[in-house]
Amino acid sequence: MTTLRAGWIITQRELAHWVREPWGPIFNLLFSVMLLLVFGFLFGGAIDIPGGGDYITFLLPGMMALSMMFGVESTATAMANDARKGITDRFRSMPIGSGSVALGRVGADMTNSAVELLVLIVGGLLIGWRITSDPGSAVLAVLLLLLLRFAVLWIGIFLGLTFRGEGATTAVQVLVWPIGFLSTAIVSAETMPAWLGALAAWNPLSATATAARQLFGNPTGITEGVLADHAVLLAIGWPLLLVAVFAPLSARAYRRLRG
Amino acid sequence: MNTLVAEGLRKRYGDLHALDGFDLHIPPGVIHGLLGPNGAGKTTVVKALTTLIDVDGGTATVAGFDVRTQSAQVRRRIGLIGQNAAVDEVLGGRQNLVMFGRLYGLGKAAARERADELLDTFGLTDAADRAVSTYSGGMRRRLDIAAGLILTPAVLFLDEPTTGLDPRARNEVWATVRETAARGTTVLLTTQYLDEADQLASEISVMNHGKIIANGTPEALKRQVGGDRVTVTIGQRDDLHHVAGRLAEAVGEPAVTDDDTRGVTFELPAGVTAVSGVVRALDDLGVTPEDLLLRRPTLDEVFLTLTEKEPAR
Ligand SMILES: Nc1ncnc2c1ncn2[C@@H]1O[C@H](COP(=O)(O)OP(=O)(O)O)[C@@H](O)[C@H]1O
Ligand SMILES: [Mg+2]
Repeated sequence: MTTLRAGWIITQRELAHWVREPWGPIFNLLFSVMLLLVFGFLFGGAIDIPGGGDYITFLLPGMMALSMMFGVESTATAMANDARKGITDRFRSMPIGSGSVALGRVGADMTNSAVELLVLIVGGLLIGWRITSDPGSAVLAVLLLLLLRFAVLWIGIFLGLTFRGEGATTAVQVLVWPIGFLSTAIVSAETMPAWLGALAAWNPLSATATAARQLFGNPTGITEGVLADHAVLLAIGWPLLLVAVFAPLSARAYRRLRG
Repeated sequence: MNTLVAEGLRKRYGDLHALDGFDLHIPPGVIHGLLGPNGAGKTTVVKALTTLIDVDGGTATVAGFDVRTQSAQVRRRIGLIGQNAAVDEVLGGRQNLVMFGRLYGLGKAAARERADELLDTFGLTDAADRAVSTYSGGMRRRLDIAAGLILTPAVLFLDEPTTGLDPRARNEVWATVRETAARGTTVLLTTQYLDEADQLASEISVMNHGKIIANGTPEALKRQVGGDRVTVTIGQRDDLHHVAGRLAEAVGEPAVTDDDTRGVTFELPAGVTAVSGVVRALDDLGVTPEDLLLRRPTLDEVFLTLTEKEPAR
C-alpha cells in the first residue's frame, strides 16, 4: 500500500464524516460568517484604516487568513482524538506507510479549509467586498492563504500527537484568539500602540493577511515598513519556515509513539 | 514451529522496567491467555508484538517474522484489538470495515464483499449502516474485532477485550473469540480476570512486573493456587474471630478473616464436597451465616500464591 493511496483513503474517511454529520462543519462555517458579520458591521464603523479604504474590503482577506490559522485547532483536535481512541494505533498496526496518517489529515483539512475559504469569498462578495486586481493575483492570494493553512496544519499535527489530553485541545482553542487578534487580520497595526503594532507586524498571520489584501487589490492599512514592502515574500517565507520546523517535529512526535 | 515467540523482551520507561525479560511461546491455532494485574506490562507486550513500540532488548517473531526487522510482513499477518474499541464512531459499521479493508490493500469491490461477510459473521448486518456511536458496547467490540480479522490474520491480539463490558456483551465477545480461534487464527488475549482466561484459553501465562511468573493450563494453574474457596459471612462482627477459630478447627483448614466484610474464607482442597463440612460446623456452633459463597480462586489469590514464590525485587 503506497503512502499516497492510504492517505487518500484516510482523507475519504473525513469526507464521509461530513456526509454523516454535516452539522459540525456547517456550524464551523456559520461561525466564520458570523465573525465576519460581527467585525464587519458591529465593530466596523469604529475602526479606521490608515491609508484609507472601506473596512469590509479591508476585513475580508484578514478574516480569510484568520480562519486559515484557526484551522490549527481542528487539526490538533482530530489528531489527539484518534490517538486517544486507539485509532492511530490501529493504523500503525496496519501495513501502510508511516506517512499515511499525516497525509490523510492534510488531505482532509486542506479540503475543509478550501471550502471554508470559498464560503468566505462568496459571503464577502455578497456584503460588498470586491476583488479589484487581476485574476492571476487573486489566485495567488488564495494560494497564499492555503499555504498558511498548510503550515499551521503541521503545528496542529505536532500538538495533537504531543499533547493528547482534552485539556490540551482546549488550550489550543483559547490560545488561537490572542494570536489571531495580535495581528493585522482585523485591525491595522498602525492604529495599535507602537510596541504592539511591531509585534503584530511580525505575526505570520499579518504577512498572509497583508499579502492577500495587496493581491486582491484591497486596502492594506499599512503605509510603510517591511510588511508593506515585502508582504508576499513574507507570506511565502513564514509558512515555509513553520513547515520546516513543525513537519520534522511532527515526524519525530509520530516516531515517539514507538516509545 | 511456534506462531509466536518472544524471548527476553525488555522495555524501559525511565526507571521502570515495563518488560523485564519477557518470554512467551505460543503454538499455532490456540487461544493463549496472558493474565496479570493492572500495570503488569500486558499492553506493553501487545504493543511490542504488534510492532507499535520498539523494545530495548530481546527478540520476538510473529508468524515467523521478526517484529523489529520485518515489521511490514508482521503487520500483514496480525490483527490488533486494543484496550479501547478503535473504530470510527461517526461512520457506520460497514463504512468502517470497508475503510480498513481498503487500507489493508483490498480493492473497493473486494473490501465491500469482505465487509459484508464479516458483518454477517458477527451479527452486525442489521446495524451495518447505523453510526457506530449508536452501537452497544458489545456490538462496538465485535465490530472492532471484525476489523482486526479483515485479512484473516495468523495471529489476533486482544488487549483486555471485555474490560468495561456488561456480562451479556462479555459473552458475545467470548463467543466471537472462540469462533475466531476455531477458524484457525492464533489468539493472544490479555486479561485481568482468571475467570476469562479460564473460559477461553487453553494455556495461560501469568505475568507481573514485566515478566512471566507462571505458565500452564487453567487447571494446572488453579491446582497450583489450591482449590475452590468458600466464604462465610458472619452477622455479628464481635463473633467473627471466635467463629473463625471454631470453623477452622472443624474444617481442618486455616481460615482467613476479613473484618470489613465480616467474611471467613477457607480454601477447600477437597473441592465442593468439603462445603458440607463447613455447613455442619456452622450448625454445630448454632451460627446462621448471613451469606455463604463457594467460588474459584480470584486473580488476587492466584497472585498472592504465585508471588509468594517470587523473589523480592
Ligand atoms: N508510554 C509510557 N510511558 C511511561 N510508562 C509507561 C508507558 N506505557 C506503560 N508504562 C508503564 O509500564 C507499566 C506497564 O504498563 P502496561 O503494559 O500498560 O500494563 P498493563 O497493560 O498490564 O496494565 C506500567 O507501570 C505503566 O505505567
Ligand atoms: Mg493494559
